[in-house]
Amino acid sequence: MTRYIAQRLLILPLLMVIYSFVIFLIIQAPPGDFLTAYVATLASSGSSISADQIAALRHQYGLDQPFLVQYFLWMQNLLHGDFGLSLEYQRPNADLISEQLGLTLALALFSFVLTWAIAVPAGIYSATHPRSLIDHVLTVINYVGVATPNFMLALILMWLAFAYFDINVSGLFSPEFVDAPWSFARVGDLLFHIWLPGLVLGIAGTARLSRIMRANLLDELNKPYVVTARAKGMREWRLVLRYPVRLAFNPLVSTIGWYLPALFSGSLIVATVMNLPNIGPLLLRALINQDMYLAGGILLIYSFLTIVGTLLSDVLLALLDPRIRVES
Amino acid sequence: MSGTSSAAEDRVAIASNWRLVWWRFRRHRLAMISAGLLIFMYMIVLAPDFFSVQDPERTDARQAFIPVQMIHFFDDGSLSPWVPTITGKRHPVTLRMEWVADPARKVGVRFFARGYSYRVLGVFETNVHLIAPADPTQRIFLLGSDRLGRDQWSRIMHGTQTSMTVGLVAVALSVILGVVLGGLSGYVGGKTDQVIQRIIELLQSVPTIPIWLALSAALPRDWTPIQVFFAITVILSLVGWTTLGREVRGRFLALREEDFVLAARLAGCSRMRIILRHMVPTFASHIIATSSLAIPVMIINETSLSFLGLGIRPPAISWGVLLQEAQNIQTLALAPWLLTPGLVVIVAVLAFNLVGDGLRDAADPYSN
Amino acid sequence: MPLTRIAIEGAVNQQTPLLQVRDLRVSFQLDEGVVRAVDGTSFDVMPGQVLGIVGESGCGKSVTMKAILQLVDRPGRIDTGEIKFLRSDGETVDLVKLPPRGAMIRQIRGGEIALIPQEPMASFSPVHTVGDQIIEAILLHSHRWEQGGRKISKREARKITIGLFRDVGISMPEQRVDAYSWQLSGGLRQRAMIAMALSCKPRLLIADEPTTAIDVTTQAQVLALLRDLQVKYNTAIIFITHDLGVIAQMASYVVVMYLGRVMEQGPVDAIFHAPKHPYTRALLRSIPSMYGQTRVALPVISGTLPHPFNRPPGCPFHPRCADVMPACSVGVPRLMPVGDDQLASCFLHHNEAEPV
Ligand SMILES: Nc1ncnc2c1ncn2[C@@H]1O[C@H](COP(=O)(O)OP(=O)(O)OP(=O)(O)O)[C@@H](O)[C@H]1O
Ligand code: SF4
Ligand SMILES: [Mg+2]
Repeated sequence: MTRYIAQRLLILPLLMVIYSFVIFLIIQAPPGDFLTAYVATLASSGSSISADQIAALRHQYGLDQPFLVQYFLWMQNLLHGDFGLSLEYQRPNADLISEQLGLTLALALFSFVLTWAIAVPAGIYSATHPRSLIDHVLTVINYVGVATPNFMLALILMWLAFAYFDINVSGLFSPEFVDAPWSFARVGDLLFHIWLPGLVLGIAGTARLSRIMRANLLDELNKPYVVTARAKGMREWRLVLRYPVRLAFNPLVSTIGWYLPALFSGSLIVATVMNLPNIGPLLLRALINQDMYLAGGILLIYSFLTIVGTLLSDVLLALLDPRIRVES
Repeated sequence: MSGTSSAAEDRVAIASNWRLVWWRFRRHRLAMISAGLLIFMYMIVLAPDFFSVQDPERTDARQAFIPVQMIHFFDDGSLSPWVPTITGKRHPVTLRMEWVADPARKVGVRFFARGYSYRVLGVFETNVHLIAPADPTQRIFLLGSDRLGRDQWSRIMHGTQTSMTVGLVAVALSVILGVVLGGLSGYVGGKTDQVIQRIIELLQSVPTIPIWLALSAALPRDWTPIQVFFAITVILSLVGWTTLGREVRGRFLALREEDFVLAARLAGCSRMRIILRHMVPTFASHIIATSSLAIPVMIINETSLSFLGLGIRPPAISWGVLLQEAQNIQTLALAPWLLTPGLVVIVAVLAFNLVGDGLRDAADPYSN
Repeated sequence: MPLTRIAIEGAVNQQTPLLQVRDLRVSFQLDEGVVRAVDGTSFDVMPGQVLGIVGESGCGKSVTMKAILQLVDRPGRIDTGEIKFLRSDGETVDLVKLPPRGAMIRQIRGGEIALIPQEPMASFSPVHTVGDQIIEAILLHSHRWEQGGRKISKREARKITIGLFRDVGISMPEQRVDAYSWQLSGGLRQRAMIAMALSCKPRLLIADEPTTAIDVTTQAQVLALLRDLQVKYNTAIIFITHDLGVIAQMASYVVVMYLGRVMEQGPVDAIFHAPKHPYTRALLRSIPSMYGQTRVALPVISGTLPHPFNRPPGCPFHPRCADVMPACSVGVPRLMPVGDDQLASCFLHHNEAEPV
């Protein structure tokens, strides 16, 4: 087991190297570099900058170097925790990212918990009461949930809240708490605001997850070991929770591998629409303004979270399923 | 067993298999309804102008944010469709235009009537439209108008063409990639399989939306809408093929052991020929089912990218592009009909999912 | 119905049966149609008796057993019939009338009637240790192990489990309790299943083909084990198998089933040496050694088992019967006494048809 985890941990840096290279390729791809964009912005705001100054800046940022050299420079800095300087904000990228990272993680994790808390019981109910009225209702909700893009749901909810209740549901804080230092009151305010974006972000996942749970559990309920357990004289609900649910759960755990990353990248859209403090909108701006090192840094963090999510699900699955644990 | 007779038998087996799938699919009533809906939507894709009421690019600043003009089919008990006239008055204080429907003044609406002229599939020219005002000088807005006074209804028809095509083409590309690479992986095995499997794993663990955004942001600004359209399609399919690749590989692994493949090999068929002639047909129905479940994912992705401004770019029209107009909540409160493209997205995705589930059940009644 | 009961009760000795199944009917409502898996089955089990049930695959043996424990899965349903069980306190209950999730049937399941399921491979949960699953059963019916009204602890239950493992001949029982079912060989798994079934000292043990999944040597060991246990605890056993040879070794009384109905029943000697029903005779001819003739190619019974959706009218066996008569396709023959201590449902021996 420890060997298994160690193996997975060893792959992590290798994957990060591959990702970083691909990401560097992508952020380098647009014609021109961020200085071109910067000069254009300056020009539009009336100020200008001399060719010498541009050349000096270009040299300072290493933009006159060949691609691979630039990549290694970038990697070297990254290893020292230096994410570079944002051109647009004229501040260290690391600061910009870390300001938003906590709330980004909080939103994704909150949504994750919400998803599981809703999807698992709903799936269990549907599978143990197939073709019942509630099962049908849940099925309809699931289909619509999967079919509704995140941002559509966000728009509809925000519009309804604004047009009919005259409340503004964007943001994660009430105005008086936006820039306030952390306090219990601020956490309370956050918990009050986070559930709507959390729900919006998690709705498709909830639908998909409860469908998986339902199908798995229906399968498991037909297995002979359920008959064995019944023949022992167990109470039905205890039996269902102890045996088939436990087994139906395992494939669900392996979905964490793709679901957590999907949440992180999905939060990008929801955060943009709902105006949430999140690295998503930051990335969007950075991409549009060719603030390449900021974009690269954020993309790297997304990749890192993705790998960690996969790793987490593999380890959890091994812990839960003795068949995997013993073999590895 | 001679070659011709075995080929004939193959055909019979495949035909009856298709008939079986069709027979089982027909029993899913919702899937059948959805299939009908999708066929209708692809008719719109073929000739969006026929279904449009006005030229989707026609702007008129004085006709911005006109609300939905409900179509009424009966006039005094006789069949004669009409919409109420809408008149605007500027609010004395806010100076905003306020539109009021006046049912007393009716604008007659005709079916299969003349309107602006257009080309069908770029070939023949016509000016017949499904719905048009009886008086061609009138403008009617069945789903309201946007900030530039463009007709939402007609724009949705054109958006349908783009978005449904992106979904279809992206999935077609994914299928080609998935079948070829997955088939290679499963059929050849060994090192090839290893490499392709690692690539699939890598692609599947990519944080998709950010990478898509970055790739689209990397597209040159001066590309034409058509170029952007194809680039976006390729970007979407690059990640989308992996699920299919996995599935095809799994089926190849199972099939490789079966007798008829061995027989074909002994008979000296080339590998590609074995794959295409003998192996692909046996699981074509699964590929179709999986693809029809992949199309809605592509549609949602395209819509999301375009909505964020990094997908299809105006002047091209897609559902996502149309939804960009609905980004501002204040505007939305004023003109909620700007959300209608979103409803179309939901309906289309729902229909694809229902058809896909129906097909999957029909293709493989025993797998859940 | 009362006629049948009198007939059966007359045929066996006057002791009160432990279990009486009367005219049991179980059907499955499928999209394609209704499957009548059990279609009017009746038999008795005496205390301490080993009852063998034979019949071709799909004739409803397992469904009958599940019905006894109220374990028929959706979409299956017990339509009619009685299953009278004599409880340890001397009271007789009709199991069919008990709510399938109620407290009383749960006490009987595992506690008084235990089941060794047909597929030992899949009958243990793969993510729980075998020991855990048996300990759970012991704790559920702990009063059967209690001395002086004291609750038994988990530790004691574990000790009991180890003892049971030793009884059923599992070597290294202390280690094996912590094994998962997929770590055990087929024979060991079957023994563990038997240990679980015995864990609450049942009065009736239902063994659904306990030897089909294992090799011949292990099979013989398992059979010997069951026989020993039966002698030791005087447990009644319903023993289901396709194998007439096994029946001859194990059972004292035999029920022959076909398409959800009892064709013939009687003491094992009578069935083997004086079979009355054409189906029983055909079955016996299919084991070459029994009749001492040269080996005949199988299957000896001509024709195939009808599809469950279209049961033949009249005698269920008539499309394949060598002695078929015109009356056979009209009425359904009842199970009636034939000869000294046998019962058969065949118009060759009587003219009683089931009321329509
Ligand atoms: N869950 C179910 N759904 C539908 N039909 C069923 C189900 N279980 C059993 N049946 C039907 O009931 C009939 C009897 O099945 P049963 O399992 O009792 O046979 P069996 O005599 O035990 O056969 P075997 O010797 O193969 O175990 C079969 O024809 C089968 O089609
Ligand atoms: S009743 Fe007729 S068909 Fe049935 S077993 Fe007897 S003789 Fe054969
Ligand atoms: Mg059986």
